[in-house]
Amino acid sequence: MTAITPEEVEHVAVLARLRLSPEEVTHFTGHLGAILEHAADVEALDLADVPPTSHPVHLENVMRPDTVGPTLDRSEVLAEAPAAEQDRFRVPPILGVEP
Amino acid sequence: MSAVEIAARVRSGEWSAVDVLEGHLEAISAREGEIHAFNLVMVDEAREAAAAVDSAVASGRDPGPLAGVPVALKDNMCTRGVPTTCSSRILDGWRPPYDATVVTRAVEAGAVVIGKTNLDEFAMGSSTEHSAFGPTLNPHDTTRVPGGSSGGSAAAVAAGFSSVALGSDTGGSIRQPAALCGVVGVKPTYGLVSRYGLVAFASSLDQIGPFAGSVADAALMLEVIGGHDPMDSTSIPRPAPDISAHLDRGVEGMRIGLITELLEGVDPDVAARVHEAAETLSAAGAVIDEVSVPATLYGLTAYYLIAPAEASSNLARFDGVRYGLRVDGPDTAEMMIRTRSAGFGDEVKARIMLGTFALSAGYYEAFYGKAQKVRTLVRREFGAAYADHDLLLSPTSPSVAFPLGAKADPMSMYMCDVCTLPSNLSGEAAMSVPFGSGAHGLPVGVQVLAPAMGEVEMFRAAAVLEAGAPSESATEEGRS
Repeated sequence: MTAITPEEVEHVAVLARLRLSPEEVTHFTGHLGAILEHAADVEALDLADVPPTSHPVHLENVMRPDTVGPTLDRSEVLAEAPAAEQDRFRVPPILGVEP
Repeated sequence: MSAVEIAARVRSGEWSAVDVLEGHLEAISAREGEIHAFNLVMVDEAREAAAAVDSAVASGRDPGPLAGVPVALKDNMCTRGVPTTCSSRILDGWRPPYDATVVTRAVEAGAVVIGKTNLDEFAMGSSTEHSAFGPTLNPHDTTRVPGGSSGGSAAAVAAGFSSVALGSDTGGSIRQPAALCGVVGVKPTYGLVSRYGLVAFASSLDQIGPFAGSVADAALMLEVIGGHDPMDSTSIPRPAPDISAHLDRGVEGMRIGLITELLEGVDPDVAARVHEAAETLSAAGAVIDEVSVPATLYGLTAYYLIAPAEASSNLARFDGVRYGLRVDGPDTAEMMIRTRSAGFGDEVKARIMLGTFALSAGYYEAFYGKAQKVRTLVRREFGAAYADHDLLLSPTSPSVAFPLGAKADPMSMYMCDVCTLPSNLSGEAAMSVPFGSGAHGLPVGVQVLAPAMGEVEMFRAAAVLEAGAPSESATEEGRS
């Protein structure tokens, strides 16, 4: 398989909302490449007839009665946020910002 | 100090919970500066809780099965009003508004929370070297790692800082540090212990479990924290099993398989202890044979695709909006990028990117899809092994505790989990029991594996191993 390229590392960092310095790009290209090299073990297996397992226990949707119960206290939750205003999390502008 | 004994003597009024706590705080004062097991020692809160236990006893009320027992919590479990850091800068200053279910259950049973223990950042690591607050050192040899990621909890029990501790195990993060620190560590069946309030790493693999100085103490702790919790949708709707009552039933007639693949490639001192453990079980009446579980070897690769994939999704929530660190920017997207770039350490960034890559268009089938199919093979092969075995046996860690900085190459660090992660992929139970010593006189752990909900049989075998473990001098020849 092809090892990961510095360009791919930069692209993945953008997807993961991380910014890397040029030194970090070099470092992580080696780091991720070493791991992906081992993934070739798995790539080589013939697993065409094997179904995937996403979870160790069988899960199905369970409905519970829609009753009112206690929830976390809003002011306590907001007190731990970096910024809050009018009972909401406050963030910098989202709209109308030049990209 | 034994949790079973502390609880019995505090409940009877013979010992005071305050005295028990002060004894542990003295041990912390003496050696914590050297070991660094804790991110936070909760001196005032613990003294208050211990005094409350004593006044309950004085007024004739039973504080519960963990009366006065000091318990240390891995710092990825939420504690109301008390900082919970995951050993990461990104949660700087955050105090959770609620307790994890395991914390609530321990406290309601009379336990005294003594502090929050160090870990590899967000539980990603096998040595506790990847903590934003510096490494924890192994109490048996402070030039060596305690294992990880729950290295602080393992070291706290090994050093006598706490009677018991809780950790989380995604690929071996309880069992491997337990082995390296010479204590008992249990990864229960997936779903047996609630994860409400555990900061998620890889949700299909994570499980909370106990560290203890003895098999009986671990059983007691698991009985308290186990059982259904409506706040965790993956929680098995059954009560916790009664383990303690069955601990002394032995292994007469049990069929126990030594996993062939996991004995190859481990250090000879470790393999020798595992063979001796098998002889101990055989002498106690178990029928031992070798069993092949070849998919365990592919498990490592599958694990290192599945766990980062889930982590990349779980750690998306750390974006500077709701908790902890925010590095401001001109707009929200830039604020998030700056916060995450400053707040996460290198290992966490690497795993987030690896996971994002494995899930990205064009690579999903080749990596994540294949890894999920390997997971099916691991489950099938364990299922086949358990068709004619009650339990399986293997090393916990391929080696004894290694020196700090010894595993700089990422794959060599990931290899530390080769014996433990198959049980996370299968969702089954496994535990590490100290069994003599290996190179440099350092502790060796033997892993007992059980099918889902096989905890009672697993603990019975662990108790036999504990009773039959070689004394220090008996394994002297293993020293080098």
